[in-house]
Amino acid sequence: MLLIKCPYCEEERPELEFRNAGEAHLVRNSSIIEQSDEDFASYLYFRQNPKGLQFERWRHIHGCGRFFNAVRDSVSDKFLTVYKAGEPKPDVDALLSANALQESAPIKKRAPRTKKAEL
Amino acid sequence: MVHSTHSGSNRIAGAGRLTPAKTVRFTFDGQNLTGLEGDTLASALLANGIHLVGRSFKYHRPRGILSAGSEEPNALVDIERDKSRKQPNVRATVQEIYDGLKAKSQNRWPSLTFDIGAINDVFSPMLPAGFYYKTFMWPKFAWKTIYEPKIRAAAGLGVVPGEPDTDRYSNRFAHCDLLVVGAGAAGLAAALSAASTGAQVILCDEQPEVGGALRYESDVRIDGITGYEWATATYAKLRGMDNVQVLTRTTAFGYYAQNFVGLVERISDHLSRPAADMPRERLWQVRAKKVILATGAIERHMVFANNDRPGILLASAARLFLNQYGVAVGRKVGVYTANDSAYAAAVDLKCAGVDVPVIVDTRENPSSAIIDKARSHGIEVLTGHAVYSAGGKRRISSISVKRNNGGNERKIAVDALIMSAGWTPSVHLFSQSRGKVAWDAANERFLPGTYAQDCISVGACNGTDNLQAAIDEALTAGGGQTSAIVATGGTNWIAGMIGSAPGAEADTTVKAFVDFQNDVTAKDVRLAVREGMHSIEHIKRFTTNGMATDQGKTSNLHGLAIAAEALDKPIPSVGLTTFRAPFTPVTFGAIVNHARHGLFDPTRRTPMHDWHEAQGAPFEDVGQWKRAWYYPQAGEDMRAAVNRECVAVRNQAGIFDASTLGKIEVVGPDAAKFLELLYTNPWEKLGVGRCRYGIMLREDGFIYDDGVVGRLAEGRFHVTTTTGGAPRVMHHMEDYLQTEFPHLNVWLTSTTEQWAVIAVQGPKAREIIAPLIEGIDLSNEAMPHMSVREGKICGVPTRLFRMSFTGEAGYEINVPADYGKAVWEAVYEQGKPFGLTPYGTETMHVLRAEKGYIIVGQDTDGTVTPQDAGLTWAIGKNKTDYVGIRGLLRRDLVSDGRKQLVGLKTVDPKVVLEEGAQIVANPNQPVPMTMIGHVTSSYWSENCGRSIALALVIDGTKRLGERLYVPMPNGVIEVEVTGMVFFDEKGERLNG
Amino acid sequence: MVEVSQVKRLHPLQVGHAGILSVSVTLAGNATRISLRAREDAVPALSKALGLTLPTRPKTTASKGDRSALWIGPDEWLIIDNAESSLIADLGKVKVLHSAVDISHRNVGILVSGKGAAAVINGGCPQDLSLAAFPVGAASRTVLGKIEIVLWRLSENEFRVECWRSFSAYAYGFLQESARDVAV
Repeated sequence: MLLIKCPYCEEERPELEFRNAGEAHLVRNSSIIEQSDEDFASYLYFRQNPKGLQFERWRHIHGCGRFFNAVRDSVSDKFLTVYKAGEPKPDVDALLSANALQESAPIKKRAPRTKKAEL
Repeated sequence: MVHSTHSGSNRIAGAGRLTPAKTVRFTFDGQNLTGLEGDTLASALLANGIHLVGRSFKYHRPRGILSAGSEEPNALVDIERDKSRKQPNVRATVQEIYDGLKAKSQNRWPSLTFDIGAINDVFSPMLPAGFYYKTFMWPKFAWKTIYEPKIRAAAGLGVVPGEPDTDRYSNRFAHCDLLVVGAGAAGLAAALSAASTGAQVILCDEQPEVGGALRYESDVRIDGITGYEWATATYAKLRGMDNVQVLTRTTAFGYYAQNFVGLVERISDHLSRPAADMPRERLWQVRAKKVILATGAIERHMVFANNDRPGILLASAARLFLNQYGVAVGRKVGVYTANDSAYAAAVDLKCAGVDVPVIVDTRENPSSAIIDKARSHGIEVLTGHAVYSAGGKRRISSISVKRNNGGNERKIAVDALIMSAGWTPSVHLFSQSRGKVAWDAANERFLPGTYAQDCISVGACNGTDNLQAAIDEALTAGGGQTSAIVATGGTNWIAGMIGSAPGAEADTTVKAFVDFQNDVTAKDVRLAVREGMHSIEHIKRFTTNGMATDQGKTSNLHGLAIAAEALDKPIPSVGLTTFRAPFTPVTFGAIVNHARHGLFDPTRRTPMHDWHEAQGAPFEDVGQWKRAWYYPQAGEDMRAAVNRECVAVRNQAGIFDASTLGKIEVVGPDAAKFLELLYTNPWEKLGVGRCRYGIMLREDGFIYDDGVVGRLAEGRFHVTTTTGGAPRVMHHMEDYLQTEFPHLNVWLTSTTEQWAVIAVQGPKAREIIAPLIEGIDLSNEAMPHMSVREGKICGVPTRLFRMSFTGEAGYEINVPADYGKAVWEAVYEQGKPFGLTPYGTETMHVLRAEKGYIIVGQDTDGTVTPQDAGLTWAIGKNKTDYVGIRGLLRRDLVSDGRKQLVGLKTVDPKVVLEEGAQIVANPNQPVPMTMIGHVTSSYWSENCGRSIALALVIDGTKRLGERLYVPMPNGVIEVEVTGMVFFDEKGERLNG
Repeated sequence: MVEVSQVKRLHPLQVGHAGILSVSVTLAGNATRISLRAREDAVPALSKALGLTLPTRPKTTASKGDRSALWIGPDEWLIIDNAESSLIADLGKVKVLHSAVDISHRNVGILVSGKGAAAVINGGCPQDLSLAAFPVGAASRTVLGKIEIVLWRLSENEFRVECWRSFSAYAYGFLQESARDVAV
């Protein structure tokens, strides 16, 4: 079970309180009725579904009830960041390099160990 | 050697930590036996001289007890408390005995000592790995019907109980700063260190007692006391701390994302008479800020001919049986090893008075203090030698020893053999955490490499080979400032061998088992390589090595080494299979825990439920709701009751519980604007006090939900949804409000459960309710069809809707839910003289079908547009936007050939069609016929005196009057396509 | 015809004693409840009308007398008052942009109290209920087993669980079952 930070509740909460709501930043055209078949199809059906970082929507449905956006790695399940609905797409590269700095410390490599006793 | 007579002939007086006076009686295969309190089933059986405890999976070979822990592959038994509390495949090495315990061996018939299935062992040359895949291929159908059932009956392990489990199981979510898995020396030290910082610590261990290897390492001294004493004292200290929770008999079985770890605590499996309130197991779902893995190492067996004979055990197991349980695994115990640790076991046994005739060591010139010590105890040590084979069938009787490279054989009589090929660090949980293991080439083992989570491994599971180093490492990992702990002695976890031992090499045909539980031999692994399996993932699946319930805890590395040798590749390039949860088998009970019986799923009841029940109404499940289905009177069947109810509503009046309908209050100055965007209909001009039927689409243009919406004020609407659709409609509306139309000043509140809804429908409806109503003019002029008023009924507030889902004039009385039952009863009493009849969901369905009113989800299926459903009138003609407006313009949604909703009348009016039945244009065409539609709703209509049906038919509206056909198993039914309204086509009755 | 004045509120749960567990699970009395929705700028006016300061920090509550306001979301509060309350009338007079919907009968309150109350809730609620993470006075919408609840900590060992009325039998049964487990 994931822990997801809700940008409205300002803390991490168990995944059981949330519902995934698909890809983020799909914009509904303000004059949708005039949209071409191709544009409408891409809005309605076509999704990125990348292996790696993806922008996705979540709703804290059993919490504050708000929809928000998240950047999550679909391989490791790790959340890079979360942000409120309506806020612009974050700069992923900047976040990644900041994260790398932060994480370089705790990654543990095993220490050298004693060698096998003589056979 | 002095034997205690009470609790088994192999119990050694003065050895072990159990109390001789505390005897426990139990049975094994019906035989009455006595053990001691604290015994595992394995130790108690061994104390009684019983080594043969089961038959193997495939060859039905006699099998004994290999280990003394959860890694046990062989000693699987059936434990039965009663008919419903029966657990197959219990490891005898884990099950503690209690007074009255009943254990049975498995996979044998007719008995353990004489097992007919053992014939498989004789024919084993014909049963190599992959035999079943290759042999039972033809004819194809026979695999499912003949081969598989037969093979499964002959193989397999325990038998599943036939009765529902009567035990209770529970669940606990827990959070902590630190979770320590494993309470051996390293785990205890880590917990002690962390606890000193005030951190919230959970320490768990799968054993009933803490200590891990300290329970058998007789040579360990920590801070001046024995290792076991130190463990016990540390345990007491930790238990006394408020910030520490120690869970024994608790297995960490799964390590998931973000330090979420699943534990199962076994609460009553060791008790003779568990208290009634006591759950059998408790699932702990732990979220830890940090995890310390102190899971130790697992000893490997030696891979040699007939290494599976009962009486052959791991050396550490023999040591634990002796030092913890006071049990000698034999009277004449041979030792076969490739490292030092077995020597300590040999010395312990020798000191306890057991005859240890020989230590066979594959190493040429090993030297260490413990070897000298063994020699000084007069034990013969044969270095550079190997055990080529074990003699005996149901119990080892001898070993054949040769030099590593062959030569003369020497037969040595033994009644038990203990062995050690070395130690495999238990990296299971580390691997489950998505950490990457690294190959330690010098010591031939996988160790934690790169971590994926905030987790650290300490002690033997981390390849830390010395007790003092392990404790130091654990203290540091715990992060506290504790004083140093000084330790001496302990097991040397490194050295040893992996793969087959001398005598079981590539060119041999002996049965040297790698995986005991799945009966995989070294030869099988080599065969897999010869047959073209080059990846360990393929070899594993072909041979099933490591795929049994023990997940190859003892066998994986051996299998890998044999495969690597056969492939002539280094081990890391052959790869290690991924470890997955659960570490040891977990019961379904623990996973399901509270969610059984009444707590399996919420059952939702309306405020009037008890009344319906008292009237004898059967209930229909609609989602989680219970809805009254019909109200049978004495002697009535369902059809008679429904017919009576249907007629009563149309002739007098009916009363119906509509409380389950979803309700959403839409409040704010932009409420109408919002509804314009969410429904196809226009709302801005709907007058206050008026209602309208609305259709909600998804963006793709298909019908999502429908319902009546009433305007209570300029900025306040009372929206109703379908019963089943309520939660998703709310979610859908919130989604658009929050993310697409956040500029609108409007809020949504679910009021489904605020209101009890009493529908009173029929020509007498107004007369019935009028005397109960205050403050509302019910006249047709003041309150026409499709209007809503607020006032009082029976003295309580009501939102009174004049609306109809029956085609009759009628009302839906909304009252605050706690008043629902009282108001219902008042209306019912009031209506009795007028013939007011309670009706259920079945009558509601029939009446609405008579009028051609659709039910979303029954007459629509997510591919139906308003046009398809004959609801074009409900689309606002001048609207430029609403959810679904663009979807409806898609070419395929407006072209010919769509399925459209129509009415069907059977040519024989008595025939009622089956819902879901397929419709064809020509019943004489060859099969498979071209199907042009299906029946969505079908009923007997007493009011029409005939059957009626709705159907989705291709180009249905162009077929009015056409004859179509419904082929059924008993013949073809002829139908006529009609309009959707069967009763009161002009709709005059609505206006009363 | 029945006496109209005799219609009394009928609690959806009719249950007896909570048993002899260390944690008791009992029903809260009838209450007046409002789901209040408004933006930040309306908070002062609404606070004034309610006679208490609406909390604006996540997971917090404010109480005055019998009346309490629970922060549910950034524009949402659950207002709970005793059964005979002027709550609805008080809010009816407020002119600032807001939505007040009467949900008095929608919810049922269940009280869980006694040593181990947090563990009883944690039998089905995945939130961290340590005092550091969920202090006295904290409240949050969350889940209990298979249903949604609003959880409110009244004191170290006392919680109020609010759920929708048709889920109250489930919630009560679940908490009873969990209390039996915690008593072990």
